[in-house]
Amino acid sequence: MALKIVKGSIDRMFDKNLQDLVRGIRNHKEDEAKYISTCIDEIKQELKQDNIAVKANAVCKLTYLQMLGYDVSWAAFNIVEVMSSSKFTYKRIGYLAASQCFHEGTDVIMLTTNQIRKDLSSPNQYDTGVALTGLSCFVTPDLARDLANDIMTLMSHTKPFIRKKAVLIMYKVFLKYPESLRPAFPRLKEKLEDPDPGVQSAAVNVICELARRNPKNYLSLAPLFFKLMTSSTNNWVLIKIIKLFGALTPLEPRLGKKLIEPLTNLIHRFLSSVIAVLISLSSGMPNHSASIQVSTPSYLGLLAMSKILKTHPKSVQSHKDLILQCLDDKDESIRLRALDLLYGMVSKKNLMEIVKKLMVHVDKAEGTTYRDELLTKIIDICSQSNYQYITNFEWYISILVELTRLEGTRHGHLIASQMLDVAIRVKAIRGFAVLQMATLLDNAHMLTGNTQRNGICEVLYAAAWICGEFSDHLEDPLQTLEAMLRPKVATLPGHIQAVYIQNAAKLFATVLRAQEGVPDSQKAQETSQLLIDRLPLFVQSANLEVQERASCVLQLVKYIQKLQQKEVAVAEEVSALFAGELNPVAPKAQKKVPIPEGLDLDAWINEPPSESESEDEKPRAVFSQEEPRHTRPRHTEVDEKELARRREARKQEQANNPFYIKASPSSQKVYPEVPGVEHIPVVQIDLSVPLKVPGMPMSDQYLKMEEERRQKEKEEKKKKEKKKKKEKRGRGRKHESGPESEEDITPAHTVDIVTEEMPENALPSDDDDKDPNDPHKALDIDLDKPLADSEKLPVRTHRPTDILKSPVEGAELESVSQEPKKKSKKDKKEKKKDKERKCELNLYLKPPDYGFMHLYIPTASGTTLSPLQSFAHSDKITKHLCFCLLQKFSKHKKKKQKKEKEDKKKKKRHHRHHSDEGGDESVQNGTVEEEEPLPFLSMLLYLRALLSVQVYDIQGNLQDGSQVVVSVIFENKSTSFLKSMEFNVLDSLNSKLQRPDGAGPHDGLSVPFQLPPGVSNEARFVFSVQSIVMPQKLKGTLTFIVKSEESSTHEKLDFKLHFTCTSYLITTPCYSDAYAKLLESGDLKSSSVRLEGVSMSFHHLLARICFHHHFSVVERIDSCASLYSRSIQGHHVCLLVKTADQTVSIDAKCDEPSLLGNVLDEIKQTFSMC
Amino acid sequence: MVAGSRPTSCRNYRCWIERLNHITESKTLKFALEKTTEDMEQQIIRETFHLVSKRDENVCNFLEGGLLIGGSDNKLIYRHYATLYFVFCVDSSESELGILDLIQVFVETLDKCFENVCELDLIFHVDKVHNILAEMVMGGMVLETNMNEIITQVDAQNKMEKSEAGIAGAPARAVSAVKNMNLPEIPRNINIGDISIKVPNLPSFK
Repeated sequence: MALKIVKGSIDRMFDKNLQDLVRGIRNHKEDEAKYISTCIDEIKQELKQDNIAVKANAVCKLTYLQMLGYDVSWAAFNIVEVMSSSKFTYKRIGYLAASQCFHEGTDVIMLTTNQIRKDLSSPNQYDTGVALTGLSCFVTPDLARDLANDIMTLMSHTKPFIRKKAVLIMYKVFLKYPESLRPAFPRLKEKLEDPDPGVQSAAVNVICELARRNPKNYLSLAPLFFKLMTSSTNNWVLIKIIKLFGALTPLEPRLGKKLIEPLTNLIHRFLSSVIAVLISLSSGMPNHSASIQVSTPSYLGLLAMSKILKTHPKSVQSHKDLILQCLDDKDESIRLRALDLLYGMVSKKNLMEIVKKLMVHVDKAEGTTYRDELLTKIIDICSQSNYQYITNFEWYISILVELTRLEGTRHGHLIASQMLDVAIRVKAIRGFAVLQMATLLDNAHMLTGNTQRNGICEVLYAAAWICGEFSDHLEDPLQTLEAMLRPKVATLPGHIQAVYIQNAAKLFATVLRAQEGVPDSQKAQETSQLLIDRLPLFVQSANLEVQERASCVLQLVKYIQKLQQKEVAVAEEVSALFAGELNPVAPKAQKKVPIPEGLDLDAWINEPPSESESEDEKPRAVFSQEEPRHTRPRHTEVDEKELARRREARKQEQANNPFYIKASPSSQKVYPEVPGVEHIPVVQIDLSVPLKVPGMPMSDQYLKMEEERRQKEKEEKKKKEKKKKKEKRGRGRKHESGPESEEDITPAHTVDIVTEEMPENALPSDDDDKDPNDPHKALDIDLDKPLADSEKLPVRTHRPTDILKSPVEGAELESVSQEPKKKSKKDKKEKKKDKERKCELNLYLKPPDYGFMHLYIPTASGTTLSPLQSFAHSDKITKHLCFCLLQKFSKHKKKKQKKEKEDKKKKKRHHRHHSDEGGDESVQNGTVEEEEPLPFLSMLLYLRALLSVQVYDIQGNLQDGSQVVVSVIFENKSTSFLKSMEFNVLDSLNSKLQRPDGAGPHDGLSVPFQLPPGVSNEARFVFSVQSIVMPQKLKGTLTFIVKSEESSTHEKLDFKLHFTCTSYLITTPCYSDAYAKLLESGDLKSSSVRLEGVSMSFHHLLARICFHHHFSVVERIDSCASLYSRSIQGHHVCLLVKTADQTVSIDAKCDEPSLLGNVLDEIKQTFSMC
Repeated sequence: MVAGSRPTSCRNYRCWIERLNHITESKTLKFALEKTTEDMEQQIIRETFHLVSKRDENVCNFLEGGLLIGGSDNKLIYRHYATLYFVFCVDSSESELGILDLIQVFVETLDKCFENVCELDLIFHVDKVHNILAEMVMGGMVLETNMNEIITQVDAQNKMEKSEAGIAGAPARAVSAVKNMNLPEIPRNINIGDISIKVPNLPSFK
């Protein structure tokens, strides 16, 4: 035997091992790809061999190749084989490979569950350790769910080595399977006080990660952490705890005070160690200082400052100069940090100054990435919080225009969108902006001259649009029109040309309107001719959009020209084409439009023809800005006094300023509703400035002007204040001296920033900013609540068992599990469903995952494929996963249901002698789908896919007011024979299982049949119940013997019985006169409930209540109905159901208030699930 | 969490720790948890290498990665030893200096395990490097920072491996010894000299 092994290894010692592979690759530098492909062929051969050592070697090499960037997913199954080797050496190789190349989409992960479980419980701690390490890298939601319990057990392993790994991996498990957080948390908390420092630090690590995302749930741990902080000596733990407190203190201000003392202690300790490091750096070891670079402290300093800035902006602002200096640092990381800081430091006062400095840097900066970064930062700084800090928009526009002169920037679109945004939202600036843009258009050749600079030509898009839309402000629209139709324009990108043409048409309309009144003017006709001459060039454009718009406009102009020749006044009609004002729309507006009643967004309008045709391309987003044309003009309200004051200031400023000339009076006419427009200055075009785009104003001018203006304002204010002071001595003092405060700086313009529009009756929703995909959102769980039974982690069982078993948890899940198809549709509509349910649904929505197993196993177990044999599965994979189970159930149930009905009728004949049949029938019909589940089907349990137990009915017995009959279906889904089943329930004070005479209170009841494979049968059990006013849960177990050919094993299955109050009600018909009498009697207590957002029809709603909660309809008038039911103990329950658009109000009366309350709760629950 | 994220979505945390040398030849790369395509991993390495290698000697050890490593929450922290760069990508829950110390611990551990580690050790024994790393960082979270503890566990596992190999392992070891001997460019001589990974004995952070 030993010889054989030696021989085997001699055979393989000439195989390449990892070192040979690495060496080979190094020796084949020129034809590396070829060499590797031969290696991969060799590896494939090796993988085919039976010897596990050869396979492991091959997998080891594959891991290396994966790191080099080769796809090795084809070998996933071999990796699993190697993982399942019994030898640690190979296992480790396998797990390493798995951690490198498995991911959530790898389908063989399904097969690893049992292997991992086996390794986790291995007696060898290193097997367990390796499995945990591997698992941490490829844990999937399925694995997390199946293994959570095993890992929980490992958290209290005797070896700290395992404990710390188990604790740490829990974080990954929580992320993938949030339901495990609550059950595992108490143990995690325990681990905070573990004697081993490694385990302790792992626990702190996990809780800090959790708390970082949802700090409020972890406030209760603060005292514990406080203790740890003062006692721990492990710096890693301390850092984590301090970070945690950083997240907690904003929520609990009292914490801050308490923390001061220990923190100062710590700072002293740290400082000394930092100083020690610095000293060791400076003394001796000059060679080694390279590894921690000298500038590291300044980086950290800046980082710290940015944090302080958030809370104490004032204290940082005094270091402004220092930070600006950092912008000159040659280390990019430091420069970027400094930029970040500046972003937070700006105020109305210093914005212009800071931006000016930044502009200087933009000019100096080398390398486009940094320059682009600067550019975006400038724009970010200026536009932050809705342009809060900009006092002079003319300045901002000129800054934007200056930025267009940057060479090779990629952020043309950013500048463009800023221009558009400002021009649209700041009405007062439009005139100025239009003039600037006209100049820009006129000088378009400066921007487009170099093809490499095409990033910047996006700006022309904005310029053209602004000029077109607000063309009334143009001085010489004809000239701009001419500029827009130059042949050179045809070299611009298509979407820009399209905008040019559209806006040329707008300008044309303006020109016509201007010329309409002028007698004997040829200008209008000349303009038409200009368009007719120039447009054909664009009609031939390769870009469809350009072509279409150009030909459209061309035809229009031709038509107009004809009319002009007949001397018809057309201007008004032409401008009507472009009438209406644009309002900015908030980014989330679309999302907030409420869905009108009765509109099903998921329904097909037409059935889709086939998959392949649905690949329409999205239209380019560029045009979306033009499309939403709202005709609702927005009037902005500006305080008249304020306006007058500003006007005054402005007039003075203009008088002093050589750069301003008076605006043309025509503009006043057109926009009379815009206040203050007449004061918008027009910049003198100075063509002599060298090296600048001609006519571009310099932002510096504005800086100076602004300073002058502020100075003046200040002086004025002082004067005023002096006056005031004379009047009121006491109050003036505060304002009198000191540097000017933020509020003192008045904006130079009437900055009525138009707010973004929201749709009418927008749905209020707070969670806009939360990302639905954030895995941490699911972990926002209240951890202080006591743990409910339903939250226990799934116990070790087989995969399919778990899948179907989870629905048992909690009553609200029940009907979800049984109504997969319907629910999934509805769920799409309702996004705010709790996460728990979503998980459940997903299980059903993705049957392929499980189907995979189904398909895989038959092939793998075939004779030709060996893999599965070596793949050690602890239990055999059950081959019958019974996916069709659910469908089967529903059919089965239908039959049963009818049968049951008949039985019932027979049994209770004397109670229902009157028209009972009819009433019963109608209810049945009202329930549109018969497959609708009964909500009181409280359980659905499966054990190792062997047996299903389903309670499909809990029905009160009318003959005896204290008896409830529970019908249970047992279905054998395995291939084995099941026998000797024993059903037992732990009695509670209130409910008892009725046992035959002579049996003890803890004995089980034997089920009177055996189950051959695939057969199901039904058994009934009678419970005696004392009080029926409260719902109740009973725990029980089912024991049975599984008999297969070779062996028979004893199995146990736990389940829960849920007695809802509804199950104590019995559908009893009632006549309306009797009903009226009952209500008049005054013995009944009333209660009511409102259900929001119920979208089903009233008919359906009634049917649902009747069916699920055993009511019968007494009378129905329009959208109002009265219902009646009776409990087994003779309580009357009356309901009055009313509905008005999506809101259902239920007024109820009953002689037992707590019963009524519970029934209403259950009704509410039924509807909250749909 | 020592983590980088998948470039496409910054919510998935993975850890990747890599060492790049000047010829981008050896990289021990750990992308934890979320799947990126191999191409994307390679691109991240290339760009990271590009970013890191062109930085001056006396600039700081931090680099804001930007989009490539998943947004502003994440940054690269690196240390430069002779020809090797050790780069960690971490998110804001880690202390920057702490990670610098972790790199130090990692390098010292490598030094102890390989007995005077040099670049070629790391190139030829990627699997061993991974095993050491696995004892320090697990699934993107820092597991252990105590060097002695790490070395004890790594040694114990190696011992187990040896005992398993036993008699069957002997011939293979002999052959590999012979193979190594034949080579003229036997790695040891290209030691990077005393600047190598003789790390300054900075007062440890622990």
